[in-house]
Amino acid sequence: MGPMKPFEQVVADHGATVLRVCRALLPPADADDAWSETFLSALAAYPRLDATASVEGWLVTIARRKAIDQLRARSRQPVPVAELPEDDGRPEPGEARPDLWAAVRALPTRQREAVAYHYLGGLPHTETAAVTGTTAAATRRAAADGIRNLRRTLGGDATTRQEREA
Amino acid sequence: MTTTPTIESSLTHLAVDTADLARLHRRLEDAAERDGVLDIAYTTVATPVGDLLLAATTDGLLRVAFDCEGHDAVLAALAEQVSPRVLRSPARLEPVVREVEEYFAGHRTGFDLRLDLRLARGFRRSVLAHLREVAYGATTTYAALAAAAGSPRAVRAAGSACATNPLPVVVPCHRVLRSDGHVGQYLGGVQAKERLLALERGAA
Repeated sequence: MGPMKPFEQVVADHGATVLRVCRALLPPADADDAWSETFLSALAAYPRLDATASVEGWLVTIARRKAIDQLRARSRQPVPVAELPEDDGRPEPGEARPDLWAAVRALPTRQREAVAYHYLGGLPHTETAAVTGTTAAATRRAAADGIRNLRRTLGGDATTRQEREA
Repeated sequence: MTTTPTIESSLTHLAVDTADLARLHRRLEDAAERDGVLDIAYTTVATPVGDLLLAATTDGLLRVAFDCEGHDAVLAALAEQVSPRVLRSPARLEPVVREVEEYFAGHRTGFDLRLDLRLARGFRRSVLAHLREVAYGATTTYAALAAAAGSPRAVRAAGSACATNPLPVVVPCHRVLRSDGHVGQYLGGVQAKERLLALERGAA
């Protein structure tokens, strides 16, 4: 058992990643709430975390639960990861690729989750599978379908604006 | 020659703004304090003897640390010894920062703060209790301190109580000198000790 790092270090190491995952699952204002709820819950439970556990996987699991709570609160229906509410019209904070964020949020639930946890959260497909309660193969397939959909939505061109202007 | 990045690599590089993270961090500090899950709050304050780390539980000020101790190492030790529920959260330390700044400005001769002395036990703790009675601008010796704490022969133990004082500056171990008049060691370095003594002589 290694020593537990101060929680501040956990926020520094994983805060940005968890925010990316939340923003892939929820519109910006709700994503902020989900991030806050995630780290507050994590802080409370932190002393009991198994020292061998993947901190990233643990945080993404909590974030997913918080995102589902947010969506349920919106729809007032107990449907797991319900369809996304309309974008709330707020400008995307810290935005470089509004098109890409929007395209991710428009993916079907399983593809969105597989893409968010793997590409934005940095989890291996096996961990994503554990988080979502499916198999690694199904997760890998969903991620591949998601990428194909994104490529179609974005016209097969993922170049950033800066690069186009360069 | 630009190559078109793949969707995968664009996703991997989707950025979030550090200003957003800073704002969310402040929100987390407030919520953690409100929910009573912030065991140790800390901040740093710039002083003439370098940046001081200040850490507090809800019981009071727990630790003051000099730069040379390595703030990260001190925080890691607190996570081990007290609780890993540690956040940079300046709000809890506001009164401490105010008094420390007043002290270094020469406007304050004593600290009126709640202290959490859990990091000092037994004899060391009783040495710290007696240290708090050494007045601003005055000095004592390790021998006198050992005697005051009830063990006149425990001069070395009194010295190590000072060397491991979890609350330097606030609990004034810098006011303890060697019996031969030398300034003696200090966990913030001899220069810092001389600086504090000069400040209290009104010569800073």
